[in-house]
Amino acid sequence: MNEKAGDSAAGPESGAASPLPPRPLGRRTLAAAAGAVLALACAAPAQSADPHAELRLGMLEAIADTTARTAGSTGVEAIAPEVMDAIERVPRHEFVPPEIADLAYENRPLPIGHGQTISQPYIVALMTHLLGLGSHHRVLEIGTGSGYQAAVLAELVERVHTIEIVPPLARQAKERLPRLGYRNVEVRLGDGYYGWREAGPFDAIVVTAAASHVPPPLVEQLAPNGVLVIPVGEQFSVQMLLLVRKRSDGEVTVRQILPVRFVPLTGGH
Amino acid sequence: MSDEERAPGLLLLVAVALLSAAALGYEILLTRLLAIVQWHHFAFLVISTALLGIGASGAFLVVVGHRLRVPAGPFLALAALGFAVAAPACFAMVQHVPFNVLELPWSLRPLGWLLVIEVLLAIPFFIAATGIGRTLIVFGDRLSRVYAADLAGAGGGAVLAVAFLSWFPAERTLDVLGAMAALAGGMAAGRARRGTRWTLLAPAAGILFLLVSGQGYWTELRISPFKPLPQALRVSGAKLAETRSSPLGLVSAVENEAVPLRWAPGLSLLARAPVPEQVALFVDGDGPIAIPRRRREEAPPAYLDDLTSALPYHLLERPRVLVPRAGGGTLVLQALGGGAHSVDAVELQTDVAALVKSRYREFSGGVYRERAVDLHVGDPRAFVEAAAGETYDLIQVDALGASPSGLHALKAERLLTVESMRAMLARLAPRGLVAITGWSELPPRSGPRLLATLLESLAAEGIEPAAEHLAWIRSWNTNTLVASRAPLSGGQVAAIRSFARARAFDLVHVPGMEAGEANRFNVMERPWLHEAAARLLGPEREEFIRDYKFDIRPATDDRPYLWSFFRWAHAPEILALSREGGIGLLAIGYLALPAALVQAAAASAALILLPLLLVRRRSAGERGGARRGAALAGFFALGLAFLMMEIAFISRFTVILSHPLHALVVVLAAFLVFAGVGSWLGGRRESGEERGSVAWPTAGIVVLAVACLATLPHLTSALLGAAPHVKIAVAVALVAPLATFMGMPFPRALARLRRLDPGLVPWAWGVNGCASVVGAVLATGLAVHLGQTFVIVCAALLYAAAAVALTRMGAPRERG
Repeated sequence: MNEKAGDSAAGPESGAASPLPPRPLGRRTLAAAAGAVLALACAAPAQSADPHAELRLGMLEAIADTTARTAGSTGVEAIAPEVMDAIERVPRHEFVPPEIADLAYENRPLPIGHGQTISQPYIVALMTHLLGLGSHHRVLEIGTGSGYQAAVLAELVERVHTIEIVPPLARQAKERLPRLGYRNVEVRLGDGYYGWREAGPFDAIVVTAAASHVPPPLVEQLAPNGVLVIPVGEQFSVQMLLLVRKRSDGEVTVRQILPVRFVPLTGGH
Repeated sequence: MSDEERAPGLLLLVAVALLSAAALGYEILLTRLLAIVQWHHFAFLVISTALLGIGASGAFLVVVGHRLRVPAGPFLALAALGFAVAAPACFAMVQHVPFNVLELPWSLRPLGWLLVIEVLLAIPFFIAATGIGRTLIVFGDRLSRVYAADLAGAGGGAVLAVAFLSWFPAERTLDVLGAMAALAGGMAAGRARRGTRWTLLAPAAGILFLLVSGQGYWTELRISPFKPLPQALRVSGAKLAETRSSPLGLVSAVENEAVPLRWAPGLSLLARAPVPEQVALFVDGDGPIAIPRRRREEAPPAYLDDLTSALPYHLLERPRVLVPRAGGGTLVLQALGGGAHSVDAVELQTDVAALVKSRYREFSGGVYRERAVDLHVGDPRAFVEAAAGETYDLIQVDALGASPSGLHALKAERLLTVESMRAMLARLAPRGLVAITGWSELPPRSGPRLLATLLESLAAEGIEPAAEHLAWIRSWNTNTLVASRAPLSGGQVAAIRSFARARAFDLVHVPGMEAGEANRFNVMERPWLHEAAARLLGPEREEFIRDYKFDIRPATDDRPYLWSFFRWAHAPEILALSREGGIGLLAIGYLALPAALVQAAAASAALILLPLLLVRRRSAGERGGARRGAALAGFFALGLAFLMMEIAFISRFTVILSHPLHALVVVLAAFLVFAGVGSWLGGRRESGEERGSVAWPTAGIVVLAVACLATLPHLTSALLGAAPHVKIAVAVALVAPLATFMGMPFPRALARLRRLDPGLVPWAWGVNGCASVVGAVLATGLAVHLGQTFVIVCAALLYAAAAVALTRMGAPRERG
C-alpha cells in the first residue's frame, strides 16, 4: 500500500492549476468507498482488515460536511475526489503520538510533541485542494512536522520536497515516511527561508511553519502558474489561508481565504 | 500555662509576620511565574486561587480546629515548614500538569487540568492560612498583636516579592520565599518545649539549607512548548545566549547562525531585498522582538522600506520621530533609513534596552548609539504624557506585540486607548502624523477597533473631518493606520497611492478614495476593512459598532482591553462554527475567563461550603429562614464587593503605575494593610447595642468609591508623567481611606451574627469566602466588557445591598 500517488488508479487530474471541479462526496460515494475497502479486505486475506478504515471514512465525511458548509467563504463546494482519496489512503494514526492515536481521525488538530501540531484534516484537505495538483507537479513543503501533509501530497504528485527546522521532527519524518511507503518524499533538515533552489521551480509550495512574511526566495522559486499556500494563525487555530498565485507573466496575486462561513456584520451578506 | 493565657512572644509575632509575608510574596510571584510559563491571562486566577486556599483553611479550622491539641508555637512552626516545602513543590508540580490553553476550544480536557492547577496552587495558601488562623484563634481576645504582625508581614511581603524579583532569577524566587518560611518555622519552634523544639528546628534547618543551596532544583521554569521562546529554541542551531530577570519580565536572547530569525511582518510580496539575520529577544517567553544585524557604517536594511509601517516616511521630510516601543531597534532603523532628523526611542523593558546597547551593540550596528537617536528607558505611556516634552513630526507605534488569535485578550493595552491617542495627537507638530501598525486578522477585528479608538480621540482633539486626516493601508497580514494633524495634502495622497501600488499593498482609506480601489492585491471575499472604514467614518458609526459581531468599541483607560473582541451575543454562532474551520474566530485567552469562573465557583463550593455542611448538622438549632437568607445574602455580597473593588483598583492603577506587577503590589498591599486597620478601628469604635452596625461603614465606602471615580480620570493624566514614588504615594493615599472603611463591615457583621445566631457564623464566613473567590474572576470579566468604573459602581451597590441585608438579619428578632 501507499506507493506514490502517480501509480494510483485514482490519481489526480493532470495539469489542474485552478481548483478542481466540484464533485460532492455523498453518502453513496462513502458507502462505495467503504464497500471497496471491505472488498479489498476479503480479496486479500493475507492483509488484516484496517481497523482505522471506518474512522477514516468518518473523518472524510466530516471534511466533506465542513467543506460544503464553508463553500460560501472559501469558494470550494467540495474537495476534489482525488484529494479525498489521497487523504483516505494516508494512515493518519501513524503520524500522531501513540498515546493520542485514538483521536487521530477526529476533525481537529493534535499535538505531536516538540511544541508542534498536526493540522486539522479539513484544513489539510482544503489547502491540498487549493493547490490544484497534477501528478507531474513538483511540490515544496516548508515545515514537515509529523510528515502527514507531505504524505497526502505524495499520494498526488511524483515528488515532494519538504524542509523541517526542528531536528527530532526531521529525523522522525525521515524514518516514518519511507516506512509507510512514501519513497517520493525528500526530507531535509534546515532553513526553509531559502526554499530548495536546486529542486525548483515548484508548481506548489505549502508553508506550514509560522511565517511573518512570505520569503522572497519562495516567490522566486514558484513556477509560472504556481501556487503557494500558507495557513495563518496560531498552533491549533487557523485563522485564514493565504493563497499566492504567480501568473504566467510573473505577476503575483494574493487571495485571503476565511475557512469558515462567517459574516462579521449582523445581517451582512 | 496554656497558650490562651500567655501573650504571644516577639519570636512568635516575627514568625507570623514572616509566614504572612511569604504567603503574600507567593501570591505576587505566582502572577509573574505563571505569566512566564503560561500566558499573562493566568494572573487574575492567582488572587482567586489564594482566596480559595484561605477559605478552605477557614472551613478546616471551623470543622476540626477545636480537636487540634498541638500548642500554637509548634503548630505555626509545622505550618511554616509545610509552606516552605509546598510553595516551591506545588509550583513545580503545576509545571508538570499537561495543561494547554490552546486546546481549550477543541477539548474539555484542559478544564480538568486547570482545576488541578488551581487546587495545587491553593495548597500553600491553605497551609499558611491554617497556621496563622490557628494562632489568631488560640490568642483569642489578645489577637490584635498577632493580627498586626500578620498585616505588617503581608505588606512587607509585597515589597519583598518585588525585591526578590530584582535580586534573584525568577526561577529561584520561590526557593527564597520557602527559605523565609523555613526561618519562620524555626522561630515559631522556639516557643515549643525543649524536646519538640529540636524536633522542629532540625527539619527547619534542613529545608532552609536545601532551598538556599538548591540551585533551582525545585523550580526550573518549564515554559509551555507552544510559546514562542521554546519554539525558537527547538529550531536547529538555536542557542539561548542570555537570560535576564527583573520584576518587569524575563528577557531571553536567542541566537541562531544556522536558521536565523527573519521577522518582517507585513513585508511586501514584491520585496526583493533580503531580510537580514536577526537575534530574537523574548519577554516572558513571548515575542519575538527582533534585533536586525547591521554593520555600523551600513545604511539601514532596505527591507524596512517594504513594510506597511514605512508609509509615513514617504509623506514627511526629515521628520523628528518618536518610537514609543523601540524594542530591538527595528523601527528606529526604519526611521533612520527613512531620513529621520532625530529619533526618540522609548523602551519599557530595561533588559531589552540593555541587551541591544551592550551585548548586541556590534551586531545591531550600535543602533541606540547613533547620533540622531536618544534612548529613553521607561514607560512609553508616561513618556507620551509628559507635559514638558517636545513635539514630533511622527509618532510611530508598533501594535504587533499582541497575538491576533486572541491569546492576549485580557491584556491591558495602555498605549492605545482614547486618552493615550489624544496625548499622542497633542504631541504632534502642526503637520505631524501618528502611525499605528497592527495585525490584519480575517475577519477584521483589531483594525476596526483601532480606527474607532483613533476617531474618538481625533474628535476630542477637534481634528475633523477625520476622513480628510486619515490614511490606511494593508498587506496580507499587517495594516498601518496614519492620522495627520492637518488634512492630508494632494501630494501626500498621491504619495500614499504610489507607495501602496509599488508594494502591492491595498488602500483601505485615503481621502477621495473610490470603493473600486480597495481589495485589489490582497483579495478578501469582500473588502471588509475598507467597508469598515467607510462605515466608521460615516454617520452610521454607532450602528456599525453595535452590529459588528466582534467587540470593536473604542478602548479607553477604563476599558483598555483592546485585544478582547468576544461578544456574548454572538457566542452561540461562533461556538457552533468553531469546529468547522472557525476556531480562529474564538479568542482563546478570553475563553480562560469563563472557564476559570466556573472552576472558581465549583472549587470554592467543594472546598469551603462542603466541609461546613458537617458544622451545620452539628449546630442545627432553631433560626428563622428569613434571618438565614438575609445573613447569607449579606455576607455573599460583602465578599463579592470587596474583591470587585480591589481588582478594579488594581486594573485601574495598572495604567498609572506603568506595569501590572507594580499595580498589584502597591494596591494589594495597601488594601490588605488598610483593610486590617479598618477592621481594628471598626471593632473599637463602638460598644453595646450599636456594635455591629454596617450602615455607616458602607455609607463611607459608597461615598469614597464615588469620590475615587470622580478623581481617577483627572489623576491618571496628571500622574502619568510623575516620578514613581509620587505615583505610589498618591495610589496609597487614594486607596487607604476606602480600604480602611472596606475592612469594617465584615468583622462587625460577623460579631453581630455571633450574638444573634452563633451557629450561622461558619456559614456566613464560608459564603463570604466563596464569593471572594468568584468575585476575583468575575471582576476581570466585567471589566473587560463594561469597564472598571462599572465594576467599582457594582461593588459600591453590592456594599449598599449587603448593608440592607445585614441590617435585616437582626431587625425583627434581635431582642427576641
